Amino acid sequence: MTTKGSIELINKEGLRIDGRKVYELRPIKIRAGFLKNADGSAYIELGHNKIIAAVYGPREAHPRHVIIPDRAVVRCRYHMAPFSVEERKSPGFSRREIELSKVIREALEPSIFVEEFPRTAIDIFVEVLEADGGTRTASITAASVALADAGIPLRDLVASIAVGKANGQIILDLNGLEDQYGDADMPVAMMPGLGQITLLQADGRFTSEEFEKALALAVKAIKKIYRVQKEALKRRYIEISKEVLESEQ
Amino acid sequence: MTLYVKNKQVVIPGETIAYGKYDLQGPVYVLKQRVYSKVIGVVEVDEKKKINLIPLKGKYVPREGDLIIGKIVDVGITGWTVDINAPYKAVLPASEVLAKPTDAAKLDLSKILDIGDLIVAKVIAFDYTRDPLLTIKESKLGKITKGTLVEITPVKIPRVIGRKGSMINMIKSILNVELVVGKNGRILVVGDDPLKEALAVIAIKKIEREAHVPGLTNRMKKFLEKLVKGEKAR
Repeated sequence: MTTKGSIELINKEGLRIDGRKVYELRPIKIRAGFLKNADGSAYIELGHNKIIAAVYGPREAHPRHVIIPDRAVVRCRYHMAPFSVEERKSPGFSRREIELSKVIREALEPSIFVEEFPRTAIDIFVEVLEADGGTRTASITAASVALADAGIPLRDLVASIAVGKANGQIILDLNGLEDQYGDADMPVAMMPGLGQITLLQADGRFTSEEFEKALALAVKAIKKIYRVQKEALKRRYIEISKEVLESEQ
Repeated sequence: MTLYVKNKQVVIPGETIAYGKYDLQGPVYVLKQRVYSKVIGVVEVDEKKKINLIPLKGKYVPREGDLIIGKIVDVGITGWTVDINAPYKAVLPASEVLAKPTDAAKLDLSKILDIGDLIVAKVIAFDYTRDPLLTIKESKLGKITKGTLVEITPVKIPRVIGRKGSMINMIKSILNVELVVGKNGRILVVGDDPLKEALAVIAIKKIEREAHVPGLTNRMKKFLEKLVKGEKAR
């Protein structure tokens, strides 16, 4: 880690290293039903991040000892492809990947009606193809779309984004460099329709005013992402409708 | 009392459908008088304060009395294990197959039903604590010997059947085939002509794809008539 402020992350015009304004989100693109074999799937592009999420289940839980008698077990596997970062990443699971698997699972679990499928398993697979800061939040966003695409009953979709601090300013949606050299990083996930937060982590220091400001900023961005998720899920069905109605004319 | 959606609108999980007291049907939940959707689906609303959410995707969950099409995956000493396209594997005990009370242990069960065999069966018991129990002892149940099997999303089975069986009867009469519709998303098509069977499969796949677009029955009628006409012309 370099010392605070040793890198100019925000220039004099108030623009960030990738040319964004401080409160600007990177371009976001979501596609639902990306994979054929999975019960539900989604693909997300958030700036340079490229992530695939696949959901299987509810299905028979194996091994038998993981079965919970009155609800479904939710399992999550977050994995980064060896080519997803600049320096080749060893393909095995690192400490960080095991931790993120848990974090993503815990961010999504409150949204799932697990009690409707006792003794079953819901498996979430997240594969990072390209990483550039904020993969955990993008993974949560994509995995939630994949869960909905699988037809699994949910309370709400979960949308997620990180906020942070660089050169003393609050910034939205940190990229890889800002994540590495910035002063603070705070990923937030929530169910926007219900106004419930399912994940809130933070490293670095925030004053209470900064925290309030950062959280409000995250909530605003999450609502924007939520609209993209909604649109992605509905798009396929609306496209079929259009096609059918056109062929009838 | 406010309604936030139009009739036949596609909704996603967490989308608010209405506020207030409505007659609810389908995968919805209520929180502080607000009606939310649990899944991606199409809402049907009418003036009588009735909201019906029809899911577009989902797994089959067994229920007592369901007619299903299963595949034998294992032969045991006292019965069979059956894949029923659900999160739970089903059990078909020998006593639900053999006519007379017989000592199943002395028989070679794989001579009756072997791994890979398909059966039309009925769920006789399921309460989530144990795996579903099947029977093939009633009429029209048993091993499948001929026909074509189609698999679709189980939640779209009601669309294939239609209102009071209108859709299924239409396919049967126009294509002159027999259909056995399993609640678990598997449909057996039996016809004298393999071509007619293939046409029925195409029709069922079309229903699955376009189930959420209004006017399905009329559209399918036109489609089927065109198929039959095209076949006669050849």
